[in-house]
Amino acid sequence: MKKEVVRIGCGAGFSGDRLEPAILLAEEGNLDYLVLECLAERTVSLAQKRKKKDPNLGYDPLLERRIEGLLPILAQKNIRLITNMGAANPLAGGKKILEIARLQGINISVAVVHGDDVFELISQDEKALESGRPISTYGNLISANAYLGIDAILPALQTNASIIITGRVADPSLFLAPLVHEFEWNTEDSDLMGQGTVIGHLMECAGQITGGYFADPVTKPVPDMDKLGHPIVEVSRTGSAKITKVKGTGGIISKQTAKEQLLYEVINPNGYFTPDVVADFSKVRILESDKNEITVNGGTGQKAPDTLKVSVGYEAGFLGEGEISYAGSHAKERAFSAGEIIEKRIKSLFDEFRVDYIGMSSLHGLALSQSSNPYEVRLRVAGKTFDQSKAALIGEEVEALYTNGPAGGGGARKNITELVGVVSILMDRKKIKPLLTLLNSNPTSHEG
Amino acid sequence: MKVKLSKIAHGRAGDKGNTLLLSVIPFEEEHFSAIEDQVTAKKVKEFLSHQLKGEVKRFSLPELKALQFTCEEALGTGVTTSIAMDAHGKSLSYALLEMEIEIKSLA
Repeated sequence: MKKEVVRIGCGAGFSGDRLEPAILLAEEGNLDYLVLECLAERTVSLAQKRKKKDPNLGYDPLLERRIEGLLPILAQKNIRLITNMGAANPLAGGKKILEIARLQGINISVAVVHGDDVFELISQDEKALESGRPISTYGNLISANAYLGIDAILPALQTNASIIITGRVADPSLFLAPLVHEFEWNTEDSDLMGQGTVIGHLMECAGQITGGYFADPVTKPVPDMDKLGHPIVEVSRTGSAKITKVKGTGGIISKQTAKEQLLYEVINPNGYFTPDVVADFSKVRILESDKNEITVNGGTGQKAPDTLKVSVGYEAGFLGEGEISYAGSHAKERAFSAGEIIEKRIKSLFDEFRVDYIGMSSLHGLALSQSSNPYEVRLRVAGKTFDQSKAALIGEEVEALYTNGPAGGGGARKNITELVGVVSILMDRKKIKPLLTLLNSNPTSHEG
Repeated sequence: MKVKLSKIAHGRAGDKGNTLLLSVIPFEEEHFSAIEDQVTAKKVKEFLSHQLKGEVKRFSLPELKALQFTCEEALGTGVTTSIAMDAHGKSLSYALLEMEIEIKSLA
């Protein structure tokens, strides 16, 4: 029977998101679909490194924990899950989900959407969108993943799979695909694709539309953030969308929370490029239709682009960091003195080097800082280098301020981070072939 | 009267590579025109000149009553390789809200 409305919940807005909001959505959200969006620009490159070390890894590190809790509820309530937790290895992620299903005695099919990994197709000479420089000049390349769209996800929805796991796909496509599937929307209808993309964009960051990352106790108070509810969208055949959350959860949904999220990470609100459409957000109408309920209409769009964006990951060296705190009389002067000592000793060894004073100027610089004499200041030194031992030197030097630096320094910490950079290129979409693999938990059937 | 933007508006920072996106959204829609008149791309570039090294473009969205600033070369070498504390520039929404503008009344 054809549905007149489709209800989709978003249970995770990034890889490290909380686990329990998705459980609550599945249990009480009366959902048709649950989406877990867990893949940021850089996450896939980091996952590629894990896959290189172990070919059975490279999917989202929280996949097991998220799926173990959700599977029984999804099966019982007949909710389909769409997630990009496949990261750099959707096939291994799909197999892991089947393994969990078998252990739980649940019989399911998993559809794996892949083909986003285009590392074999790129040339070192391709020009980065950001700079026009050949991508090879950035460093040793480690991954290249194309942003796939709904055309990659739709064949998976046409199978009997209750779980669809992908690698890199455009985030809004995770939401647009089930809408196109259920309502048999014409994908040439750019306005409808635009409205569906607005819906996906509002939903994809989960708690960011329900008051999370919005709250300010002075100007934008949000109640019960310790139990923030994640959003549910109820979409009608015409594309009109109502966004709500599970009753009794914390947070708010309002015109204001929606506006902040609508513009989040949008380079051009009149032309938001996805693989499915170039969406126009400028005529979107948001109405507060009830308490913690908004109605969203008016997304439009133009024809989908002929190229897809490809994120290329490269080894960008090491970030070395060291921190130490000063408090009480002359805290600022002692921190400044410590910073100067480190600069004199090692600054010249680094291409990029900075000294920050946490509590004064580490985020917005000194120009906006009001705290001319803070009670406490934390010195932070950071530098970038391709030489790991040189990166370590920063923390070592800061730590050595204990016995060699100004008085009263405390709480020294040191850290080294391996940096993975990301640049983008465009690729003719005809070159990119989305793939579908169906995995079945019934051991007598074949993997197709 | 002169007020800080943070008194009459809110916003969120976002990142795409080395491009920083900043929205400015008035709490009361009647403040939109004052904000639109005074918070120009040029003024934003000047106000955050230590951070914004490239072009600043402004998109005015009169139906949504919101402004969006697209700021290039704004995150050091870009979010994935920046050595700044806040590599994403997420805290910079509040840097822009430090700007003062002239309004007739608080509403």
